[in-house]
Amino acid sequence: MIDRRDLLKGAGLAALLGGLGGTSALAGDVVTLPFANGERPLVKYPQKRPMIGLTSRPPQLETPFAVFNDGPITPNNAFFVRYHLAGLPYDLDPDKFTLEIRGKVDKPLKLSLKDIRKMKATEIVAVNQCSGNSRGFFEPRVAGGQLGNGAMGNARWRGVSLKSVLEMAGVQAGARQVTFGGMDGPIVDKTPDFVKALDLDHAMNGEVMLAYGMNGEDLPFLNGFPLRLIVPGYYGTYWVKHLNEITVIDSVFDGFWMKSAYRIPDTPNNAVEPGTTPKATIPINRFTVRSFITSIADGARLKTGSTTLRGIAFDGGAGIKEVAVSTDGGRTWINAKLGKDLGKYSFREWKLPVKLAAGAYELKVRATSNSGETQPDAPRWNPAGYLRNVIETVRVAVA
Amino acid sequence: MQQTSIVAIVVACSLCWLASGPASVTAAPVNYQIPQETAVFRPGPNVEVAQGNCTACHSVDYINTQPAMKNKKDFWQAEVTKMIKVYGAPIDEAEIGKIVDYLAATY
Repeated sequence: MIDRRDLLKGAGLAALLGGLGGTSALAGDVVTLPFANGERPLVKYPQKRPMIGLTSRPPQLETPFAVFNDGPITPNNAFFVRYHLAGLPYDLDPDKFTLEIRGKVDKPLKLSLKDIRKMKATEIVAVNQCSGNSRGFFEPRVAGGQLGNGAMGNARWRGVSLKSVLEMAGVQAGARQVTFGGMDGPIVDKTPDFVKALDLDHAMNGEVMLAYGMNGEDLPFLNGFPLRLIVPGYYGTYWVKHLNEITVIDSVFDGFWMKSAYRIPDTPNNAVEPGTTPKATIPINRFTVRSFITSIADGARLKTGSTTLRGIAFDGGAGIKEVAVSTDGGRTWINAKLGKDLGKYSFREWKLPVKLAAGAYELKVRATSNSGETQPDAPRWNPAGYLRNVIETVRVAVA
Repeated sequence: MQQTSIVAIVVACSLCWLASGPASVTAAPVNYQIPQETAVFRPGPNVEVAQGNCTACHSVDYINTQPAMKNKKDFWQAEVTKMIKVYGAPIDEAEIGKIVDYLAATY
């Protein structure tokens, strides 16, 4: 729960952390993401530390990558922000907020925040990642939000299971999907409102939840205050913010944001030949497996001798089995030591001490999930710029 | 309306959020204050037509941050068509070509 003391503490912390990765991150500065037209302003929003500004209306903010080296949990004030439509509920009143559950249910419900907070609480540590995270690295480039690798974050979410809410309402026979709508909406009436759907089995799996808490505080406004959907292992498009409408339906939802947007090729790797259009598509779903080196930035200069490489890995919910690191451009690989297991949907930290003699190095990191999925050597391509998970390379000069 | 109110808002300090008090224990609405928009269109012929249409629904950085494509005309024609057909942007038929030409020539 946010109180004044926590907010002040948060503000002080943000000030202390102003310098990220050795560079000044005060609002007004500019960062350059490593692709063409990658210049972005660092912007300061209430409840947020300086963030990489992609767009301002609606707000889209990317996490400065150095934050991911600070630990496996992404602080609320550094967590990325993504909206689709510019009608944000800036004046929402948490005391008047209601969540409606309706459609193919025996007992339609209207729950206040107090009602929801009185229910049995559950917690999960889970990564949220934007479908378009890393889109700026696609080649050939594609239209859309030109993000670096910072549209992801890992938090401890607190709330109630969607299953328990749906059971209270009583799902009727013949129900097939559940749709989710938030309080944010379009500026023009003809713009399709942002509504997402999950299959009933998925909605009832006990893991999907309605969260009001994030890392021990209320959700920040821009991360969906006062209530958002948490869909562990699934891309952020499903994590509807300012969630106030849940509808059980007996069909497959055909709204724009499911039927036309957020689609991936229906091919074995969900990829197509670069520059081509897929014949058939399916809704985007689970994260691909990814890993990053967080302790050293691309282009860094290191002193000869021992250094410990550190980073994070995650996948769509099988959990991380192994992280391997190469210091010779991918010819040989050494397994890294995995950090504490915070759950199969969480970032998993890894580290590996290495000795580097003078020279130029290509450091690479590759994660493998418990289901055997691993990262490809060459990037896969799709027209919307989703699912990027090529093995990442950090080039360093050692002297 | 949304647009005017947003543009009018200037955040003088990062603690403005505090003015609304702790959200979960008072009856006060959130009153979240976002910073002023700063991105502007690059100058070019028909910039005012793009300004008048595009910024009704989104800030200019949506355009500024797109990559320079090989076939600019096709790329921007597709984007403008998407805004009209998919998102229902109320753009006059006569202005479509001007917007596409401006974007293709300038970005």
